[in-house]
Amino acid sequence: MRIRIDHETRYTYDRAARFIVQVLRLTPRSTEGQQVRDWRIETDVDAHLRRSEDSFGNIVHTLYTERPTNALMVRVTGEIATVDTGGVLRGSPERLSPLVFLRDTPLTHADGSLRQLAAEVGEQGDTLARLHRLMQAINGAVAFMVGSTTADHTAADAWAQRQGVCQDHAQIFISAARRMGIPARYISGHLHRTDGIENQEAAHAWAEAWVEDLGWVGFDAANGISPTEHYVRVACGLDALGASPIRGISYGGGRETMTVALRVRQMQQTQQQQQSQA
Amino acid sequence: MSGHAGSKEVRESYRTLARWLESAPADLLQARSRQAELFFRRMGVTFAVYGDVESNERLIPFDVVPRIIGKSEWDELEKGLKQRVSAINAFLKDIYGPQECIRAGIVPAELIFTNPHYRPEMQGRRPPGDIWTHICGVDLVRTGEDGFVVLEDNCRTPSGVSYMLENREMMMRLFPDLFAEHRIRPVETYTDMLLASLRASAPDHAGADPNIVVLTPGPFNSAYYEHSFLADKLGVELVEGGDLFVNDDIVFMRTTEGPRRVDVIYRRVDDDWIDPLTFRPDSTVGVPGLMAAYTAGNVTLSNAVGTGVADDKAVYTYMPEIIRFFSGGDPILGNVPTWRCREPDALKEVLDKLPELVVKEVGGSGGYGMLVGPASTKAEIEAFRAKLIADPDDFIAQPTLALSTAPTLDSSGGLSPRHVDLRPFVLSSPAGIRVAPGGLTRVALKQGSLVVNSSQGGGTKDTWVLDD
Repeated sequence: MRIRIDHETRYTYDRAARFIVQVLRLTPRSTEGQQVRDWRIETDVDAHLRRSEDSFGNIVHTLYTERPTNALMVRVTGEIATVDTGGVLRGSPERLSPLVFLRDTPLTHADGSLRQLAAEVGEQGDTLARLHRLMQAINGAVAFMVGSTTADHTAADAWAQRQGVCQDHAQIFISAARRMGIPARYISGHLHRTDGIENQEAAHAWAEAWVEDLGWVGFDAANGISPTEHYVRVACGLDALGASPIRGISYGGGRETMTVALRVRQMQQTQQQQQSQA
Repeated sequence: MSGHAGSKEVRESYRTLARWLESAPADLLQARSRQAELFFRRMGVTFAVYGDVESNERLIPFDVVPRIIGKSEWDELEKGLKQRVSAINAFLKDIYGPQECIRAGIVPAELIFTNPHYRPEMQGRRPPGDIWTHICGVDLVRTGEDGFVVLEDNCRTPSGVSYMLENREMMMRLFPDLFAEHRIRPVETYTDMLLASLRASAPDHAGADPNIVVLTPGPFNSAYYEHSFLADKLGVELVEGGDLFVNDDIVFMRTTEGPRRVDVIYRRVDDDWIDPLTFRPDSTVGVPGLMAAYTAGNVTLSNAVGTGVADDKAVYTYMPEIIRFFSGGDPILGNVPTWRCREPDALKEVLDKLPELVVKEVGGSGGYGMLVGPASTKAEIEAFRAKLIADPDDFIAQPTLALSTAPTLDSSGGLSPRHVDLRPFVLSSPAGIRVAPGGLTRVALKQGSLVVNSSQGGGTKDTWVLDD
């Protein structure tokens, strides 16, 4: 499936910011499940972008503006060809031991109630079966509700409220999986919706868990499924903060307002490609 | 007059001092002690104690009786320190690189990778010159005639070196005649050694005269005095996070003549706070983008990010094996025997003998969150037992050591034995490893007390290493 992504993040500042530094994790990398065909990252003001790769395997751009500005827009656009891998990640560079993803973080710390969730999933069945049970338990219990949580909501907060957005479902999953002794990590990315809606208010997020013999397997607790060819994986981290698309700071800009415009759509395959695949 | 009965060298090293004291007026030490306090107050040498609301700046008590170490003993100690710190550097290089010591089963993988001080962000990175712990403070105690054992390693931002230097200066002022009668190796050269070491650790681009700064969290930090003291002695700028910025993966310092590139940061800000775009987002004492400059190889951070995984109390217990693995020889300096409460058998033994043991929180420092069994009430021990059972992974336990003592001026004006430890400072750079001859001697001023931390009523002494 060919997915086209146009993802704009716009910041406006109360006062002109003298200087802005941002760390961007907006660029997907190719794996067996996704071929990044054409990817561009651009800004609407003069800025330097330094490309690097972090230890989590993410492609990172550090952005430095050149002149004072009242606003900044970062746009990424590109096309990705995806195939269904049954939710299993293959062909991604892994520098870190899976055990790293047993680490506790403030956003994913398991309180008593999350420990109980982990305990209720139980020991029966293999790791994969337990993870599916966990995903369904969260999917059934936590209502998807935009605006009920904020970016710094912890897994414990969201679980207590039994509502949240995909970030919360993912962090609850991660927190409980780690309590079950299974390494788990946070994935930010995009979802091509099958209901025909192309314009989205925010990017998507889900979790990956480590299953011996299979490797990293995706679990989208918000939708109750493992990722399919409709998913584009962008960045990975220990929690939502670690995988955030943008972390930044402005010097002198005062309060900032962020708006996101995101369009995820399926591209029609060209005649030539259809022939070559036939 | 000092140490354990029968330890000949300790007596030897104190012989000149003992003779001198015999011929001195009875109230001399008390008079000099009062003088010292006055000097320190005037100089503003203070130390803020966490959680002490009464006075956030307090003088650390200074004991005017020096702690004296003989030459042969020091030479052996120095060898041991160099061996240990070399191994710690090799260990860090390996952990953040090929991880051979994990594959070889020297340290358990889970202990490293779930350790809060292991920084995944550093995996696969190499700091300039492959030096991780440029400045290391190793806490030692004497437990018998076999010399020193290591109580803990401090590989992050060890403090206390200003006391080593100030205490020496004070002693030279108070007792010039005693210095004439001893051949004491100088510690005053420490800051020159440190400067040379930091220079040699600069990234290649910096050339012969790298721009070095000391980064402090600011005046509210308990060690702020030391930060400003060191910057002053090194002849470099003392900066706070707000004085630095990163552009194009290069660190700059704001100056009245415009931005100036920074090559080496002797940082006294912990990993968690150093870059709000990588670590804690609420940090206001760090430098946004610093990790981008660092991982690009454009700046040296001293110490490197992630060194805390080597001085963690749980990793400490593996240090003898780590030294053997990386140095190929037996450790010259031993560890204090330690139970790892994460191991069920060890936990059982610890719970059985809790009233006799010292139990420490793995991540704790400064004497906080520890149990000294023999000095605790039954209720305190039982409260600690509950904590230990709830989170055994968080604790290690050690026998209550028969720590050596050193003669110390007591409240009656006489000399009494008090327990001491020693923190020498070890400097590493691509040019080699050096140890300042001396260190910070901390002394438990309360009779019988084993806790020497300044936050817990400990004091300091000047430490003399004799040259013959």
